[in-house]
Amino acid sequence: MSRLRDLLDAREFVVTGEVAPPRGTDLAAMRAAVEVLAPHCHALNVTDNQGASLHLSSLAASRAVLDMGIEPIFQQTCRDRNRLALQSDLLAAWSLGLENVLVVTGDDPRAGDHPNARGVFDLDSTQLAAITRGMNEGQDMMGQPLAGGTGFYIGAAMFPEAEPWDVQLARIEQKVEAGVRFFQTQAVFDMDKLSRAVDAVRPLGVKVIAGVLVLKSPRVIAFVNERLAGLMVPEHISARIAAADDPAEEAVRLAAEQVRDIRQIADGVHVMPLGLDHAIGRILGEE
Amino acid sequence: MIITTPRDWSRIEANLTDLGARRVFIMGCGQCATVAHTGGEPEVREAAARLEAAGWEVTGWTVGEVTCHLGGTKLESRKHGGEIGDADAVLVLACGAGVQTVADSVDKPVFPGLESLFLGNVIRNGIFEERCQMCGECVLDQTAGICPVTTCPKGLLNGPCGGMWDGMCEVLTDRECTHVRIRRRLSGQGRAGIRTVEPKDFSKTLKPGALNIRPPRGSR
Ligand code: SF4
Ligand code: SF4
Repeated sequence: MSRLRDLLDAREFVVTGEVAPPRGTDLAAMRAAVEVLAPHCHALNVTDNQGASLHLSSLAASRAVLDMGIEPIFQQTCRDRNRLALQSDLLAAWSLGLENVLVVTGDDPRAGDHPNARGVFDLDSTQLAAITRGMNEGQDMMGQPLAGGTGFYIGAAMFPEAEPWDVQLARIEQKVEAGVRFFQTQAVFDMDKLSRAVDAVRPLGVKVIAGVLVLKSPRVIAFVNERLAGLMVPEHISARIAAADDPAEEAVRLAAEQVRDIRQIADGVHVMPLGLDHAIGRILGEE
Repeated sequence: MIITTPRDWSRIEANLTDLGARRVFIMGCGQCATVAHTGGEPEVREAAARLEAAGWEVTGWTVGEVTCHLGGTKLESRKHGGEIGDADAVLVLACGAGVQTVADSVDKPVFPGLESLFLGNVIRNGIFEERCQMCGECVLDQTAGICPVTTCPKGLLNGPCGGMWDGMCEVLTDRECTHVRIRRRLSGQGRAGIRTVEPKDFSKTLKPGALNIRPPRGSR
């Protein structure tokens, strides 16, 4: 049973972090990040060719994370695999002991390091969620029985600050109907918008883990604004980091404030420390 | 209609040179390539002048009525049988379907003079946009007459994706997100729903497409 699900069901405030598989076969750096983050987190997301750039598969890396004693959230993007491969990897993931899956669409290949790649997008994230739920019920997407089904805790992404909100809300409802039980949000800067999103999903009985991005320098902010799709750092935050004597220190303080607010609003927090992994304890207000 | 664009001229010259062709016949198309201003009479004349200026002899030219129509193109080729017979090669200013039809109709090496791009809507004279990829299983009934297969760069049937910002598309950042447009039009028509559009049946688009709507022999 997914511990993440148990904790959320028990109304515990959960903390998730994130690690990236290596661009190669050397898992040392990822393991080092897991060691720093794991004592503070209930589960760790393991990204899947993030930024549409080549990395070791999330499947293998998720298992490596599990072997270190912390529960992974196996990410699957629809960009790189067709429906056969996606289902096959889901079966593999379950057989490897991975119990949480986060289904995402994936950035366009043109944004990554293989811009000539064909984006597959045979399925979209909502369809993949629905298929995963079917596998939990013991059948593949064609309705054929599986010799042993899955029991995934199914998550998806949510974008509380992306307007128009009515479109986002309809999208959230659609994902829940497809079988999504928890959401991890894009980085949140406006807590009113997070509240709006959490209030909206409360009646649906699903959980919301709100994203916090640690913006350690104006350069990182510029990168986020230019390169990360679907996210803009508000001006007042860029200004605050830029004006600080020690921008990294200020970023940690800011993230800690955000976590404090999120504790009052959402079911958990997803910390993306962007290189400030060692500050996780302070970000979470533990030190 | 089929949208075409002129092919890199140096590739056309290289094709003819590699073959050692000195005399060329040119065939355009009276349909799409005429509307796209790529293979109508003016463009065929221009190609002829260009070839002649570069030292080739143009034995003749014509603009077929519907160049992708096998019967019509065979007839057209017979009408110009002498000029084609005198030529070493035929240059076709039509889409790839037209080029292949000419290649099936004449006994000479045939070369494409255009690049075929997409099935396009004519937004205004000279402005074309792709709105349909002919997927064989239309979802426009569920998407308010806006095709996500074609106009969402990721081809997502359910959206928007996480890259959407302020209603605009992640990939084509100067365009509205298809799924925002779909939702807006659906709710404007009081049809807003949250039902997931089912995965596509790609067996419907297996290549090559073929269709026979002729009544079976003796059925009339
Ligand atoms: S869904 Fe789109 S691509 Fe398919 S037939 Fe309809 S308009 Fe064309
Ligand atoms: S922003 Fe909208 S149109 Fe653009 S890729 Fe995403 S879903 Fe498709």
